[in-house]
Amino acid sequence: MKAFTLDHAADAQDALDALGAGATAIAGGTNLVDLMKLQIAAPDRLVSIRRTGLDQIAPDGEGLRIGALVTNADCAADGRVRRDWPLLAQAILAGASPQLRNRATTGGNLCQRTRCGYFYDTTQACNKRAPGTGCGALGGFNRIHAVLGTSDACIATYPGDMAVALLALDAEVLTQGPDGERTIPVGQFHRQPGDDPSRDNTLLPGELITGVRLPAPSGGMQIYRKVRDRASYAFALVSVAADLAMEDGRIARCALAFGSLGTVPWRDRAVEQALVGETPSPALFDKAADVLLRDARGFGENDFKIVLARRALAATLAEATLSNPAKG
Amino acid sequence: MHARVNGTEHPLPHDSRRTLLDWLREDLGLTGTKKGCDHGQCGACTVLVDGRRINSCLSLAQLHDGDAIETIEAIGSADALAPLQRAFVAHDGFQCGYCTPGQICSATALMSELAEGWASAVTEDIAAAPVVTRAELQERMSGNLCRCGAYSNIIAALEEVIAAEGPLRIDAEASA
Ligand SMILES: Cc1cc2nc3c(=O)[nH]c(=O)nc-3n(C[C@H](O)[C@H](O)[C@H](O)COP(=O)(O)OP(=O)(O)OC[C@H]3O[C@@H](n4cnc5c(N)ncnc54)[C@H](O)[C@@H]3O)c2cc1C
Ligand code: SF4
Ligand code: FES
Ligand code: FES
Repeated sequence: MKAFTLDHAADAQDALDALGAGATAIAGGTNLVDLMKLQIAAPDRLVSIRRTGLDQIAPDGEGLRIGALVTNADCAADGRVRRDWPLLAQAILAGASPQLRNRATTGGNLCQRTRCGYFYDTTQACNKRAPGTGCGALGGFNRIHAVLGTSDACIATYPGDMAVALLALDAEVLTQGPDGERTIPVGQFHRQPGDDPSRDNTLLPGELITGVRLPAPSGGMQIYRKVRDRASYAFALVSVAADLAMEDGRIARCALAFGSLGTVPWRDRAVEQALVGETPSPALFDKAADVLLRDARGFGENDFKIVLARRALAATLAEATLSNPAKG
Repeated sequence: MHARVNGTEHPLPHDSRRTLLDWLREDLGLTGTKKGCDHGQCGACTVLVDGRRINSCLSLAQLHDGDAIETIEAIGSADALAPLQRAFVAHDGFQCGYCTPGQICSATALMSELAEGWASAVTEDIAAAPVVTRAELQERMSGNLCRCGAYSNIIAALEEVIAAEGPLRIDAEASA
């Protein structure tokens, strides 16, 4: 690790002052310290935001406001989250390990960087880590890479689970920065690579995530299905977050988001439109997958994700519609 | 800046780069906590911070001002083994033993997480208190890898301690 100074912010303003002066925020450190050990990140100034008081979960109208420093474990253990937004608890619990979730935070989880092997290997070409050097994954080992939202510059996925659930739940990211507060829909938080893969998200320099806001619970059937190489403690190959309601045997409403499929947590309203008002059937699920994957492009090793996404979507929809007769 | 380690107050290291793991092992001589991967991928470095399990390899020591840290050295000793340690011995919950301190620290925290009613990825009804099944224990111990593959014996050790100490009861039917 390169040498750095470490300050401890006493509150959000203190943290903002440090960020404004060029410091990098450290929350749980479970991603940042890892990257610093490998010198993929080499900040010379860190500010710990652990004790800024942003670690509360509080009601917000009919919704919920989750502080940026709430740990993943505490969020998934919260009775309100488990009852009214079970999708969020499921997605968090499907990620990392109990030890990591005890340290990892809501804000840090949103900002976690890709797991592309070339990004992690400083001897390799990688436009995200070292802009302009090329993309090792394009013609290389790309089994875990994206099939949607890619560019010639980068095909890496955003690897996390929590954000996929937040996207299906229409959550918003709350920030504070030099120019005041912002509310960013989760769907606009992460950035597709385009010609500048170095920026993963739309946070501005000096901006601090203060929390996440969940809207009123939908009352629908919520399912997080994560497909991975081993049963636990592994990133997703493909994941599906669904929040769906049935009425009179038809799909009345549905929100679907996908993880590790695109370069960002992926939501496509056209998929949802293809399903709403229809009677669930394998043919319908297949049609929805056609819509989802109409622009999907594999790069060799990851071609299987296109088939896997179709099957994961069908399985999730079958589970959500069959076990959701309450309002039918 | 100080942290309490196994009941004793210690000044935190001056080097901001020191991880909690290296501080415990190299500076305090508490070598029970192991370094497996140093990247959060194995659980060998698991310690308890304010009663919660974390990977000490991914935490900077200076972030632990005021924290109460417990390592395997506080959980039991050769002449006074904790129930979990005794059960690991009885069930051969290890071969080389390298992952064992992490496994035992992890299992210690697992017990309190269960007692607090935390759900896991395999909990059937996520809003309800979890029923202890073998699948639950496996999932909850999945943050600790064992290269010797002692997994089934580790779970057997946990089941014995849970059955003996309650308040939780193992659901035999669901475990079958
Ligand atoms: C072995 C392993 C397996 C994992 N598996 C999974 C998995 O299956 N699914 C999954 O989703 N995740 C997984 N993770 C990733 C884990 O969830 C993240 O490391 C964690 O959520 C990051 O949170 P943190 O608080 O530790 O962030 P930090 O490491 O402290 O910070 C990460 C980044 O976020 C920035 N940041 C943090 N907080 C703020 C804020 N409030 N405002 C602005 N910027 C901020 C930091 O500056 C830094 O750039 C895994 C990690 C490891 C090591
Ligand atoms: S896919 Fe992106 S992160 Fe991976 S090597 Fe290419 S540019 Fe780097
Ligand atoms: S040494 Fe910390 S998780 Fe492997
Ligand atoms: S006993 Fe050898 S690694 Fe677990």
